[in-house]
Amino acid sequence: MDVVRRNNVTVVGNPEGPAVVLAHGFGCDQNMWRLTVPALVEDYRVVLFDYVGSGRAEPSAFSEKRYSSLSGYARDVVEVCEALDLRDAAFVGHSVSAMIGVVALGMAPERIGALVMVAPSPRYVDDDGYRGGFSADDIDELLASLESNYLGWSAAMAPMIMGNPDRPELDQELKNSFCATDPDMARVFARTTFLSDSRDDLKSVAVPTLVLECTQDVIAPREVGAFVHRTVPGSTLVTLDATGHCPHLSAPEATNAAITDFLAGLR
Amino acid sequence: MMCRSAEQPDPQDTGGDATDVLFAALLEDSADELYESAPCGYLSALMDGTIAKINSTLLGWLSLDREAVVGRMRFTDLLTVGGKLYHETHFAPLLRMQGEISGIALDIKQSAGGRMPVLVSAAVKYGSTGQPLLTRTTVFDARDRRAYEEELLRRRDAAEEARKQAEADRARLQEALAVLQQSLLPDTLPPIPGVETAAHYHTASPDRLGGDFYDVFPLDGKRFAFFLGDVCGKGPQAAAVTSLTRYTLRAAALHDPDPVSALSTLNTVLHERYADSGDPRYCTAVFGTLGPDPTTGHVAVQLASGGHPPVLVLRADGTADFLPTPGGLLVGVVPGARFTTATTVLTPGDTLLLYTDGLTEARTGDDQSDRYGDEALRGFAVRHAGRPPDAVVQALTGLLHGFGDGLDDDTALLAIGVPATGPAPCDPATPD
Repeated sequence: MDVVRRNNVTVVGNPEGPAVVLAHGFGCDQNMWRLTVPALVEDYRVVLFDYVGSGRAEPSAFSEKRYSSLSGYARDVVEVCEALDLRDAAFVGHSVSAMIGVVALGMAPERIGALVMVAPSPRYVDDDGYRGGFSADDIDELLASLESNYLGWSAAMAPMIMGNPDRPELDQELKNSFCATDPDMARVFARTTFLSDSRDDLKSVAVPTLVLECTQDVIAPREVGAFVHRTVPGSTLVTLDATGHCPHLSAPEATNAAITDFLAGLR
Repeated sequence: MMCRSAEQPDPQDTGGDATDVLFAALLEDSADELYESAPCGYLSALMDGTIAKINSTLLGWLSLDREAVVGRMRFTDLLTVGGKLYHETHFAPLLRMQGEISGIALDIKQSAGGRMPVLVSAAVKYGSTGQPLLTRTTVFDARDRRAYEEELLRRRDAAEEARKQAEADRARLQEALAVLQQSLLPDTLPPIPGVETAAHYHTASPDRLGGDFYDVFPLDGKRFAFFLGDVCGKGPQAAAVTSLTRYTLRAAALHDPDPVSALSTLNTVLHERYADSGDPRYCTAVFGTLGPDPTTGHVAVQLASGGHPPVLVLRADGTADFLPTPGGLLVGVVPGARFTTATTVLTPGDTLLLYTDGLTEARTGDDQSDRYGDEALRGFAVRHAGRPPDAVVQALTGLLHGFGDGLDDDTALLAIGVPATGPAPCDPATPD
């Protein structure tokens, strides 16, 4: 299948500029970057996409087996880079996508020349001597809770996603909503995300890396940001005065400034 | 009669007075009172999530004091861990992007350790320059609704389980059908000295047992028998007839290999079995014997046909002709049916082709209104005359494949030929 169509790839900005790939995390799609894109379009060739199973990626391309590990999502990244023949692109990944970027870098080092990790966490579950912020029980509860949340969610969303010829007004509504996700595919992404452990992969990152963390982030607390910074050799850590897990939405100016400063330093 | 007063002599006006009284009571219900005691929770938070205002209804649900909440807690502090994660990954980003969000299912923590399912809607209030100032959130009690939804979810899971079971059952059934189908056809054709054979079987549907059959088997060490035919109908009933037919012909041929005799025995068996059953069953068939002559390399063919399309003989010289067997009756319809015989001799490079009418009746043409037909088949055979049986069958298999949807019946092919090179002649100079 055509990767550009499969991953709903969008390319905007300066066609002559260096490539910047913006990769969304669990829960949403490329719409997450709507406040980031304007800051990049003048100087960069900006590539946006949806992971298979999210947003408007081709649902038929989903395979539970492939997307039950981060490497499945990383293959999406590599295949998008190959389809556009990107080399040394800067990869900006939010949340779990930061770790997907690390895996993709290992798979195709020639494609990715720099990493920007927005609110990254290499492991969500506390481990011997490591604090990810969640106990194993918390994650179990999250997955159970996703089930019930998606129940309410799917009550509103599923009829639209599943295509409901009896209720065309729902399809219409879908066109105007963001982050519509098939609940079954989202559950797979949630498991893959919250049960992943990418701590060892961080050590081998050999490209310039910017780590962005928020002052108050339930999902990626500051000690996790410090761990990522400490583990990725030569990385830069910037703490944004922002609350929540999505600084590119809640504090777009500060986030954009940090990203553009870092990208400018690469040139 | 109610609320009548002396000042209002006209009884028609008393209703207006009662409404006034009710309205007065409503007006005393101040905006504050309405906010605090509304039948839903209200909460306002700064953009960093810090709760700035909360109503009594929601505090009651949380079993928390206002002092412990306002300025001290964030909205996410009220949620369960799962709810927090959901808030951060879905609720908050969507709220930021859309400015509002509605009907999201979350659980709030109650101080006693319980949790309460709620439905949450929120909207961002913007300042005059468009900067977000605060978030207003409405929280509805969703305990009954969630219980109902969970029941629906259980039903959905049960339905999903039933569907999987049905699929597994179907797969098992198909496997059983395939095994049965295999039992109706030979696994492999026996090797015959100086003769090559090839066969192909196309099933119209994997769900249905086919009604075509063929076989090749040894008779007496020198001669071999072959047959190919087509049972009327499809499915299990047809398969039962196919099975009876196959084993009857094999047994009959061992007793008396004369083709007419074998078909007559089958005719008697089918007629006795089915004529009075109220479900008459019959078949068409060609039955024949092969008599290879090791000295000449020629193979004498004797066959009889019961209502079956004529076999084709493809000659080494590049010609192909039907071997006519007109007038043979369907097998099993009437007692004592007559069958038509024919003979031919296959010499090196010749091939005898047997087929069922699925091939000649395949629909062709742009609108699939035409049938492939006998002449087209003969023309096709001419182009492949002189080739060995497996090449002929392979070419025909390609032809069948090309029919696509036009091929809607089972089709059996059996080709029997004498290799063009022939067996190496005995060399008198070689000892032994």
